Amino acid sequence: MFGKLSWDAIPLDQPIPLGASVIVALVLCAVLAWVVAKGYFPYLWREWLTSVDHKRIGIMYCVLALVMLVRGFIDALMMRSQQALAFNAPGYLPPEHYDQIFSAHGTIMIFFVAMPFLIGLMNFAVPLQLGVRDVAFPTLNSVGFWLTAAGALLVNVSLFVGEFARTGWLPFPPLSELKYSPGVGVDYYLWSLQISGIGTLMTGINFVTTILKMRAPGMNYMRMPVFCWTALASSLLIVAAFPVLTATLAMLLLDRYVGFHFFTNTAGGNPMLFMNLIWAWGHPEVYILALPAFGIYSEVVACFSSKPLFGYRSMVIATLAICLISFTVWLHHFFTMGPGGDVNGFFGIMSMIIAVPTGVKIFNWLFTMYGGRVRMHTPMLWAVGFMVTFVIGGMTGVLLAMPPADFVLHNSLFLVAHFHNVIIGAVLFGAFAGYNYWFPKAFGFSLDERLGKAAFWFWFVGFYVAFMPLYVLGLEGMTRRMQHFSRPEWYPWVLIAGVGALLILCGIALQAAQLIVSIRTRARRRDPTGDPWDGRTLEWATSSPPPIYNFAVLPNVEHEEPYWGMKAKAREALRMSAEPRYEAIEMPRNSPTGFITAFFAVITGFSLIWHIWWLVVLGLAGAYATFVVFAWRDVVEFEIPAEEVARLDRANRVARAAALQEGATT
Amino acid sequence: MSTPGGTRSDYDAGSNIHGDSAPGWESETHEGVRAAVRGYLVGLALATLLTVASFWAARTNLIYGPGVPIALVVLAIAQMGIHLVFFLHITTAPDNTNNVLALAFGVLIVFVLVFGTVWAMIHMNANMMPPMHHPPAGP
Amino acid sequence: MNAAVLDEDRGHGHGRTPSSAPGHGTGGPAAKRIIVGYGFWIFLISDIIMFSALFTAYAVLAPATADGPSARQIFDPDSVAIETACLLLSSFTCGMASIAASQRSQKWTQLALLVTGLLGFVFLLLELREFHGLVARGDGPGRSAFLTAFFTLVGCHGLHVTAGLLWLGTMMAQFYAKGFRRDIQYRYFCFSLFWHTLDIIWVAIFGLVYLVGLKL
Repeated sequence: MFGKLSWDAIPLDQPIPLGASVIVALVLCAVLAWVVAKGYFPYLWREWLTSVDHKRIGIMYCVLALVMLVRGFIDALMMRSQQALAFNAPGYLPPEHYDQIFSAHGTIMIFFVAMPFLIGLMNFAVPLQLGVRDVAFPTLNSVGFWLTAAGALLVNVSLFVGEFARTGWLPFPPLSELKYSPGVGVDYYLWSLQISGIGTLMTGINFVTTILKMRAPGMNYMRMPVFCWTALASSLLIVAAFPVLTATLAMLLLDRYVGFHFFTNTAGGNPMLFMNLIWAWGHPEVYILALPAFGIYSEVVACFSSKPLFGYRSMVIATLAICLISFTVWLHHFFTMGPGGDVNGFFGIMSMIIAVPTGVKIFNWLFTMYGGRVRMHTPMLWAVGFMVTFVIGGMTGVLLAMPPADFVLHNSLFLVAHFHNVIIGAVLFGAFAGYNYWFPKAFGFSLDERLGKAAFWFWFVGFYVAFMPLYVLGLEGMTRRMQHFSRPEWYPWVLIAGVGALLILCGIALQAAQLIVSIRTRARRRDPTGDPWDGRTLEWATSSPPPIYNFAVLPNVEHEEPYWGMKAKAREALRMSAEPRYEAIEMPRNSPTGFITAFFAVITGFSLIWHIWWLVVLGLAGAYATFVVFAWRDVVEFEIPAEEVARLDRANRVARAAALQEGATT
Repeated sequence: MSTPGGTRSDYDAGSNIHGDSAPGWESETHEGVRAAVRGYLVGLALATLLTVASFWAARTNLIYGPGVPIALVVLAIAQMGIHLVFFLHITTAPDNTNNVLALAFGVLIVFVLVFGTVWAMIHMNANMMPPMHHPPAGP
Repeated sequence: MNAAVLDEDRGHGHGRTPSSAPGHGTGGPAAKRIIVGYGFWIFLISDIIMFSALFTAYAVLAPATADGPSARQIFDPDSVAIETACLLLSSFTCGMASIAASQRSQKWTQLALLVTGLLGFVFLLLELREFHGLVARGDGPGRSAFLTAFFTLVGCHGLHVTAGLLWLGTMMAQFYAKGFRRDIQYRYFCFSLFWHTLDIIWVAIFGLVYLVGLKL
């Protein structure tokens, strides 16, 4: 009746997951109780859960990412503490548990922190920067978000019902095959990623279409902000790579569920085929993460250097070059598994070549700063921190790209240090920079600067203290994922790395404090004009937060740096442009389709994991029914009357006019 | 073509004011139903021809044996082209640029994926597969 | 005066300036039809890439017949020929339905869609018969890696055809219930893109899987 599910699935005999589950359940109940008691639920449902507004969806993505960052970081703390305690000792995490923790850590950080954070920032900023009202397919956007959240939910459910995969963040066969992983762990992993993968693919399609087909009048390709270029490149990579992930995980699922022989050891299966296909997705994936982060830096560096970005054209070409070359390097993830010299040589050279366009970008950012009036606000601090950190990580990457070197360093802590170096240095720092940069636009008040800077320094120093020792350990021969070790020369470095993790913990705590304090004292840091940073791109032309339709009238773009041009003219003339002619605006209606689809996705995923077949049928039927109901809608838009548009825009214009005059007299 | 029912809805019929065409959508300035049907008929005829040719190539002795797979590949690619042009209306006209670029991107990825994987797997199989029936010859 | 220049041509998004070059999109956001069509085209590109991953697996695993049959021993060229004919004809009738829909003829649209659906259904029946025959003989997908890859690739295409038939049925119902409203037309044209693409993928399957397999 309930497939493999029974009361045994709850880890009553394992104190740590049990304790964690209890705490999570309590926190969830407390939050839900507070929401209901305060009567917020109707508002939340109407304005957020069913929203198809890209700004709100973007914010929800970022919230998901930040919550999952805490979960993934707790996993990291557990790993560091285990290793710190496990010198010639068993530590406190038995291997079966430790294996689940490093698997969950990687899976969560890549799929449910990095991806949602950057996709959230893309969601929020790209339509605003393009000068349009929303993305191409707003309801699809909502569905994509909720499917991602559904995947995250499933991974977390594995904490208290069943177990998680023990195979690492990529489930290599034959270990991940049914014979060697008979439990539900790998199934949790697979279904969670298949569901969220569909959501991500929807996002990719949405953004490619939006960026190529929906821009403000006059905005040709060479006037698009660099963040939009990188969002385009990243979305193209999503469209190209995620189908490969879906197909490969589906093959593994077929092996596990129906006894197929794609990657088995018997009947002709080929485990190396999995390696090949999964990394053909996996390498573009890291560029899907890195490119939007690079785009954020381009925006932040230009804005806070008070100068146009240096080398716009070369930035665009570099971005597209990275996009294309990223598809020709994947084999460097398994140099040591037998392709031989010729194949290794080709992929090794391509892996080194891809560092060149990235280097071009770094130089462009440096040249942007040079001669500019650099203002070291929090976002800029993250950008500069990134430049230093990522260059180191990139160099170790080029080192690893040499097959002979990789034969020594593959799967050692050197590798672990490298990828954390580049992912934290580029992706996470970029996400934090974007978060601080666009927060005032999203919420109407900026974040506390002092706490922001303190958080940065703890993260920055903490990162180096946590990961530089790992480079040393890798060179000394320590492999990754070790549950215990006995070499005394490793021990001091492991301890130092543990201290680094604690410093990062302080950084995270300070970020939490920054958010709480900023909300409490928001009256002091209100953003009346919508342009708190003296920005250069179109999102700063709207109020903070922007109205649902973004722009009262779509802006006419006349040169690169569209908003800067408008501002310069206004400053020169010392008055605002003439009031535009306001018209009624039609916007897409909110829809519960996304939320309900995800609900059925969770049911389907959970029942597939536990082999509850009748519930699978119900779940799929529910999802299909939701889709049909959505497809049968007759009224899809609602209208905002011209008077309302005029009222909101005039209020913003008054504030901007005041600032204009103030700026003239100071 | 006029826009039915007012201009406020975004589903407007203005096909080419932005100089763009969606894939699969024939230009609305076509000469009518006959021309459209003719287009599909030509496509059907050509595709049928290529299909028959493929089946024939697979079973005839007139083509040098090892060359047959290549012939089949060529015929398949040709037929895909027929489908794209006659059924999907993908052309090289300037209003179709984005559609062609998207297709080209997809085709590039497919080639890199298939040939890259097959190349790597051939080498990996040769180096790593356990000896099956014959012991390895050599020193 | 400088300030006045800023306000020229501020439409609410449809743009007054004709685009100076196609694809550069300087006229503002494109029309809905273009956006819907292009978005669906991008989805189809992603689907083609997904199939190519399955093709890749097939290409790698085709020699791995273990102790089971090889391609030559199980493929039936006659059945494949009929399946190909069905799908190709259904592509044609799908095109006829597009023309009928653009002419807003309920009768011809429904007829062409019905024929398309029937042809697709015959295709599926033949394919199911082939699969059933193999499984009954003990040559199911669990027998060898070659069979796994074959069943998955061809089966995935068959699943797409099945989904297409469900969509087709929905389109017939929507045309009947709501007439030739613009958004229904755009949905239908996404369907036709989908259906034609499935035929393109079938060209690759019958040519590179079945025919090459029979020859080698």
